[in-house]
Amino acid sequence: EFRRFSLERSKPGKFEEFYGLLQHVHKIPNVDVLVGYTDIHGDLLPINNDDNYHKAVSTANPLLRIFIQRKEDADYSAFGTDTMTRKKNVLSNVLRPDNHKKKPHIVISMPQDFRPVSSIIDVDILPETHRRVRLYKYGTDKPLGFYIRDGSSVRVTPHGLEKVPGIFISRLVPGGLAQSTGLLAVNDEVLEVNGIEVSGKSLDQVTDMMIANSRNLIITVRPANQRNNVVRNSRTSGSSGQSTESSLPSSTPNIVANFLQGEEESDEEDIIIEDSGEPQQIPKAAPASESLESLTQIELESTQNGFLPSAEMNLNHSAGSIGMEHEVQDPDHKSLEEDGTIITL
Amino acid sequence: MRRFLRPGHDPVRERLKRDLFQFNKTVEHGFPHQPSALGYSPFLRLMAIGTRSGAIKLYGAPGVEFMGLHEENNTVMQIHFIPDQCQLVTLLDDNSLHLWSLKQHGGASELREEHRFTLKGPPGSPPSATQITAVLPHSSREVLYLGTESGNIFVVELPSFRVLEDRTITSEAVLQRVPEDYCNRRSCELVEALREHPKNPDQILIGYSRGLIVLWDLQNNKVTHQFLGSQQLENLYWQRDGSKFISCHYDGSYTQWPVSSDNRQPEPLENLVPYGPFPCKAISKIYWQTTKNGLPYIIFQGGMPRASYGDRHSISVVHGSQQTAFDFTSRVIDFFIIFSSEPTAEFDDPSAMVVLAEEELVVIDLKTAGWPAVHPPYLASLHCSAITCSHHVSNIPLKLWERIISAGSKQNIHYSNMPWPIDGGTNIAPDPPQRDLLLTGHEDGTVRFWDASGVCLHLLYKLSTVRVFLTDADPNDNMNTLGEDEWPPLRKVGTFDPYSDDPRLGIQKIYLCKYSGYLAVAGTAGQVLVMELNDEDAEHVVDHAEADLLQDQEGYRWKGHEKLKTRDGPVRFEAGFQPFVLVQCQPPAVVTSLALHSEWKLVAFGTSHGFGLFDHQQKRLVFVKCTLHPSDQLALEGPLSRVKSLKKSLRQSFRRIRRSRVSSRKRRGGSGNALEVQEANAKFDQDALQEMELAPVQRKIEARSAEDSFTGFVRTLYFADTFLRDSSRHCPSLWAGTNGGTVYAFCLRVPPAERRMDEPVRAEQAKEIQLMHRAPVVGILVLDGRSTPLPEPLEVAHDLSKSPDMQGSHQLLVVSEEQFKVFTLPKVSSKLKLKLTALEGCRVRKVTVANFGSCKTDDYSENDLAVLTNLGDIQIISLPFLKLQIRYPCIRKEDVSGIASCVFTKYGQGFYLISPSEFERFSLSTKWLVEPRCVVDMLEVTSNNHVHTKSGMENAARKS
Repeated sequence: EFRRFSLERSKPGKFEEFYGLLQHVHKIPNVDVLVGYTDIHGDLLPINNDDNYHKAVSTANPLLRIFIQRKEDADYSAFGTDTMTRKKNVLSNVLRPDNHKKKPHIVISMPQDFRPVSSIIDVDILPETHRRVRLYKYGTDKPLGFYIRDGSSVRVTPHGLEKVPGIFISRLVPGGLAQSTGLLAVNDEVLEVNGIEVSGKSLDQVTDMMIANSRNLIITVRPANQRNNVVRNSRTSGSSGQSTESSLPSSTPNIVANFLQGEEESDEEDIIIEDSGEPQQIPKAAPASESLESLTQIELESTQNGFLPSAEMNLNHSAGSIGMEHEVQDPDHKSLEEDGTIITL
Repeated sequence: MRRFLRPGHDPVRERLKRDLFQFNKTVEHGFPHQPSALGYSPFLRLMAIGTRSGAIKLYGAPGVEFMGLHEENNTVMQIHFIPDQCQLVTLLDDNSLHLWSLKQHGGASELREEHRFTLKGPPGSPPSATQITAVLPHSSREVLYLGTESGNIFVVELPSFRVLEDRTITSEAVLQRVPEDYCNRRSCELVEALREHPKNPDQILIGYSRGLIVLWDLQNNKVTHQFLGSQQLENLYWQRDGSKFISCHYDGSYTQWPVSSDNRQPEPLENLVPYGPFPCKAISKIYWQTTKNGLPYIIFQGGMPRASYGDRHSISVVHGSQQTAFDFTSRVIDFFIIFSSEPTAEFDDPSAMVVLAEEELVVIDLKTAGWPAVHPPYLASLHCSAITCSHHVSNIPLKLWERIISAGSKQNIHYSNMPWPIDGGTNIAPDPPQRDLLLTGHEDGTVRFWDASGVCLHLLYKLSTVRVFLTDADPNDNMNTLGEDEWPPLRKVGTFDPYSDDPRLGIQKIYLCKYSGYLAVAGTAGQVLVMELNDEDAEHVVDHAEADLLQDQEGYRWKGHEKLKTRDGPVRFEAGFQPFVLVQCQPPAVVTSLALHSEWKLVAFGTSHGFGLFDHQQKRLVFVKCTLHPSDQLALEGPLSRVKSLKKSLRQSFRRIRRSRVSSRKRRGGSGNALEVQEANAKFDQDALQEMELAPVQRKIEARSAEDSFTGFVRTLYFADTFLRDSSRHCPSLWAGTNGGTVYAFCLRVPPAERRMDEPVRAEQAKEIQLMHRAPVVGILVLDGRSTPLPEPLEVAHDLSKSPDMQGSHQLLVVSEEQFKVFTLPKVSSKLKLKLTALEGCRVRKVTVANFGSCKTDDYSENDLAVLTNLGDIQIISLPFLKLQIRYPCIRKEDVSGIASCVFTKYGQGFYLISPSEFERFSLSTKWLVEPRCVVDMLEVTSNNHVHTKSGMENAARKS
């Protein structure tokens, strides 16, 4: 179904209005749709906020081709680079998404669903041979997924080359966060964890540090493969098909700012269940004069309940009683066995 | 960022910190690990013990001790005091000699190494030429005679260790006068023993290993007498008057030889195999002691019939018709006899025998009939059963102290009341500031109460929980039964008994209330005993309750050990702590945390499955809470097996140590046996190390999740009277922290005293905090309105503490292995935190509140947290602002058992095990410092030698 209408290029208005207009034009007032357009390179790109709407309108030459699909049967993979110049007709992709089922395609979610999973930071202050990677861990859906080991590396010292002990990435778990970023690889040497040098620390110590920082892990590595290093001051040549690196310039300042403010505070909020039974994150107390921390009130997000393991929700049921009785929490309990090994801690 | 705003540049605070904190390792308590040599100076009345790690420790009167360490960390083979001097010489297994002396410095004596020396032979000679086998410090104090493997005896000058080559006694010179046929049969071989003539310092007796003994005249440099022994020689001993000497041999015999001017080559007077006629083991050392009544004491080590008693470690004492073979549970390293040493005395008149066994020191009173043992005031064998936990209580009220001592004295009736015979030196340390108790729990179900106030860790009382349970062991195994017609007349002595009848009896947690005398003890099989101090023997029934911590968790099958069977009916308990109630956790897993509130009469206990609260007044279970996470069942396999394998590997390495210990016999005859064993061990260790290095050691990096196993493991329990529900009313509460970073808070309703028996104690869950970093919670503490930790139960009632501030708002401190967090109360919101692991990679292992007083002003003191990390560092963290004050390296991070055993006291001291048998005591405080301070005064010793140091005697009397 095609519609053609005009917009005033100089005053495109807000995305909300445009979205309303589309729904009105197509007479689909209550249907959620995805909106896309083809840019000058022939790529199908999404329109879902004021910015990319304005960008789309400004690039119209003079025609702006808009594609609309129902959200529930949307094919996210249709978006992206080269989508419109592929051999296959985009329209057939859009209309018959089952075509794609034959060859699995990486599903790219909508930008509003995006959250950073990793980034390279501090490119400007680090030597080119080093890479500082930040891993963002949300919830428990995806494991961090890597292993470290002891090893030795060669350092240049005033006395010449010297062999020194070091910590290395020994394994990446397939499908884990570390592997999916593409920024860490087996045999990369770990130099720092969250700004603290690991030299002189034992494997266990470094393990503990990484785990303690797992919600906001920043690892500085010396990549085993030095060929993909970011070459400073020549950003265009730096992108050799590595999407993460090409996205770097824009994200760097933003991330660094975030690193400075949010690093200490945003990562972990404890959950408290008062006797009312309502779980909530523990808010920060009002700033006390003696406290060194920048105590900011953290807004509670309703989605944070998702952190609560089910058992703790269940435990509340018995909270009101004296506690002599206990509810069966899981009806399909598997047989649980335990050996009475004595553990002395 | 906070980490750049490190505190610590406030000069006022920095100065105050110097007045408050100071780290010292002050003294080692207990029995030296792997002792290897013993020495005694009858002149100084000091005993010296050397160890395989190169330590040398001197002990005199209680409180008099010195320690030295050889830099080489080599085994100390021999220790010899220089006669009538404050000096001693040690021989290490690398053949080096070291001269140590006691010198006064700043009012107290110190042990210092003065010289070291290694005997060098002529170029090209084999190492055996200078391998020292026997050392004789000459009574002239000017020279040392050094017998070697080659048979030559070198003379070195003291203290310079200059070799006097012209005085060397070569084996050739010795053999000149020996009959040819004897020489042909046996060459000299190595020098086994060197003994100075008791009356004539110009004559020394030289014993060679093949049996030849000669008396050498130092003036004329020639042999005056020769004694042609036919058996391989082990040792020699002069009779007091020098008219006879006795030799002991490899075949278990001893021989008396006459020394007279008319016969230069006498035949033996008597040759005896005391435990013959069947083949016997060697007699390695012998004493011949004369007495007034004419009957001598013959005391010898070994000589047991090889086939049937060859495995015994024995020392026999023969006096007329009396004969006893003291049977030790561990190898005898060496022994000496304390006898009258004044040159004017006509007889030896032995008073005591001091035996250094591998695992304990045993002293036998030879003057009292029946030869009872003497209770040593120090060198206690902490590990007579393996230590499983420890608990320290500071500042014990005098009343309780006396009651514990009186209970203990009833247990010690079989000991001799002889004053401690090793009483040299004077203890000049100030009296300990307070009475401190260290309680150790043991694998065999006993709890030992140690006087930890001063330098001598002294056993006050031993409590056994075994009587409550039915075990295979007979509780009345009497150590001192002596069969009438038994031969050899063996008698077990000592307390070292590493064999536990039932590991389930092991004590895991101890909590003593010093005001009420209530004691709670929890063990390996989920048993929790509450006890009360009773000054009389009593027979009563122990009430029994079960706490089902699993509740309704179905399908869970406990595969571990069963609970201990209890004795039905009344049980007789001796005076002391007597159990009156037993709470049995189900499943009977090891109790991992314990808290007792003596004022509310409540005891809380936790295992890996949950925790419970028991009212020991009404003898009623108040509630239980299961902390098992439903998904734990999935996770159980992995970490459990890992834990198991760790345990297994630990056990294997222990076994290896034990094996090496057994196999390393004292080096006899210079065969290099011990050396070989040691080399083999070293090689083995190296191989093991290499193997370890080859194995790919990698660590998984994964955020902790709720699904991790052992999250339910209850790590800490805490009672507090605080504001849990609202800020207007405070109430009793119980707090529990788990391995998974959860904190539970229960509001308790304890009826007032007058209705305490009528109304039940009630509990209601009020809060649950899940720490997002999910690290194990190791400590919970409530700070009052003045930010002072709440006092202990009954502390205020006994006027020993200010009552807590209930006006200002309280704060909750939760210590996890990774972070310290302060929350507000009653509404829990996080106020302050200190991250440890995230910044430094270390984890909290132990944490306590300690009070630090200033050494400059008496009126200033403050509470801080004393923290031990998994790296063995000790950190002091201020309260309530959680600022790191100071950090000291204390324990090696590889020393896992040392770190696990550490206990802090309430006043900034601490103890940790440096070996299975030794506690190292350390102090973080400038004010509370318990360290030996003593004087060994040459002049005083010389003038008072016959009335040897009176104060020492008194000390000993007071101690016992």
